[in-house]
Amino acid sequence: MAFNYDKYLRVNKMPTLWCWGCGDGVILKATIRAIEKMGWDMDNVCIVSGIGCSGRFSSYIDCNTVHTTHGRTVAYATGIKLAKPHANVIVVAGDGDGLAIGGNHTIHGCRRNIDLNFILINNFIYGLTNSQTSPTTPRGMWTVSQKNGNIDPTFNASNLAIGAGASFVAREAMTDPKKLEKILVKAFSHKGFSFIEVLSNCHINLGRKNKMLSAMDNLKWIDSITLPLKKWEAIEDPVEKENILPTGVLREVEQEEYCDMYKEIQKAAQGQRAKITQDDFEKKL
Amino acid sequence: MAREVISTGNELAAKAAVEAGARFFGGYPITPSSEVMHVSSDMLPKVGGTAIQMEDEIAGISAALGASMTGVKSFTATSGPGISLKAEQIGLGFIAEIPLVIINVMRGGPSTGLPTRVSQADIGQAQYPTHGDYASITLCAGSLSECYTQTVRAFNLAEKYMTPVFMLLDETIGHMHGKADLPDIEEIEASIVDREKFHGNPEDYKPYDVPMNKPAVLNPMFEGYKYHITGLHHGDEGFPTEDAEQCEFNIERLVGKINTVHLENGGLDDLPDYEEVDLDDADVCIIAYGSIALGAYEAVKKLRSEGIKAGLFRPIMLWPSPIKRLEELGKQFENRIMVTELNMGQYSKEIERVIKRNDFTTLLKANGRPIAPAEMVAKVKEMM
Repeated sequence: MAFNYDKYLRVNKMPTLWCWGCGDGVILKATIRAIEKMGWDMDNVCIVSGIGCSGRFSSYIDCNTVHTTHGRTVAYATGIKLAKPHANVIVVAGDGDGLAIGGNHTIHGCRRNIDLNFILINNFIYGLTNSQTSPTTPRGMWTVSQKNGNIDPTFNASNLAIGAGASFVAREAMTDPKKLEKILVKAFSHKGFSFIEVLSNCHINLGRKNKMLSAMDNLKWIDSITLPLKKWEAIEDPVEKENILPTGVLREVEQEEYCDMYKEIQKAAQGQRAKITQDDFEKKL
Repeated sequence: MAREVISTGNELAAKAAVEAGARFFGGYPITPSSEVMHVSSDMLPKVGGTAIQMEDEIAGISAALGASMTGVKSFTATSGPGISLKAEQIGLGFIAEIPLVIINVMRGGPSTGLPTRVSQADIGQAQYPTHGDYASITLCAGSLSECYTQTVRAFNLAEKYMTPVFMLLDETIGHMHGKADLPDIEEIEASIVDREKFHGNPEDYKPYDVPMNKPAVLNPMFEGYKYHITGLHHGDEGFPTEDAEQCEFNIERLVGKINTVHLENGGLDDLPDYEEVDLDDADVCIIAYGSIALGAYEAVKKLRSEGIKAGLFRPIMLWPSPIKRLEELGKQFENRIMVTELNMGQYSKEIERVIKRNDFTTLLKANGRPIAPAEMVAKVKEMM
């Protein structure tokens, strides 16, 4: 039986504003399928997005949705989740939104390990505003803001999330929607900050001037720079290893979740438990 | 029976927030407002609320706005540099109509300026904190008691008009330690305003489908009314639009729901927008607000003891300003008005705009020091 997307979409907002062949639509569908697998009540789901092509993500899914300012998604979502810890909150941001202007909030969301599901759509470029360099634009590529070639070193988004302490970190490309759906289900099921870097295409604004004129060209390039984690680990040549992005679950650990911890603060404040001290934590520093 | 407490302005503002029903604080440390966060982080969890110190000023207000979208009364506290950083999110609060109280304990500026010294130079910033068109509600505490009562009022106005509301303290009043008389908690609880809710069929719910000069009706998230909130111009249902008629209506409504309503109803609530002292028989009118008004009370007494009939006009709601009353004062006192404030004339310019004259006297200071009653007395004597 065909999957009923209409149940989750704001059908009267279709078609989306995204370009023909854009990966965002595939990610939207994978997200919806993962939500269905989770069996979530849509009244209890909130999607928070920022600015960029990914910013429109929130308006298409029929739940509690917020289209915030540039870069601040995780901060808004932190307020929503802390105020209503029962809610299932998904944050969607692009590489510019989540790593450049909003990098600080991404870091601290990961660090707090608050139970948000952060889908970072990495298409390696500022798409909406016509091809400016993003923190993930590969060196040497052409952008409108670096017409002689991008010299800025490239951010490894998932490594950043791991370093900042997110308890679930995964990378997947939208070229394999089934796999993406599975990873999203894992991320949504995980208690704590789930960071999912989803590699996507922008043949219009990344590909056009970088020899990837069609969506397929762009997708083939994504395939050429990714390998499943196991295969990536087996690469012996360090230079080759550095130039390939591993996909799959990169980190999955159980860690105290922030809203749960704050409940303990409330209990202590209300005299229901002793105040929190260093002895409450295995890791002291 | 009023409650008598010994406290500071900052502590009283935090206490007021909690007693006004606030259950979420998001902020970032900054002098001279940090004590608001300190007290909130202690008080809020006791009543099941949440206080979080975020990674920066922007995140502090963003978290507070997010919490408010879920129906939880929320606030942030900062000082001028923090408002500068929060500016873009304040704009989202205005256009998406998210209630929020922003406490600004004013220090000297611009930039890092004078972090530990008093100033009233953010009142212009409170009127226009961010880009675009909107109208701001700004209250200014002139005593320790008002740090409490006006903060409660700020929450009520935010909920009633679905907008960010500025609660201004200045460094002097924020850090001043002394006795304050507070209304009984029963009286406060009876005054609490909660935002309107739509109770009909969720399919009929259009949060922004409201007439001119009326605030949006935003139901809390997660209660069965699924809708979209955006910082873009939006139509009745909250979805982005660039329709010229709709955008024009949006802006006129955002400004009108505060400025037009204030003018037509003679206020935004039943509480006084200003205080007057000895103005009835006065020959000269001193205009002062915030901590500077504390010195002005004494100046009025001193002048009267020396045979000069002085009076005081002290605005409490700075924006929208009490236009009708200022016009009357302009006619009654003509050029025998002395405006004194801790900036280069930000409120004086409003008076000039309203009374359409600039022949009044000003006593201004922007070096981080207060204005002594003796300076006011001397200035008034120069005028006479």
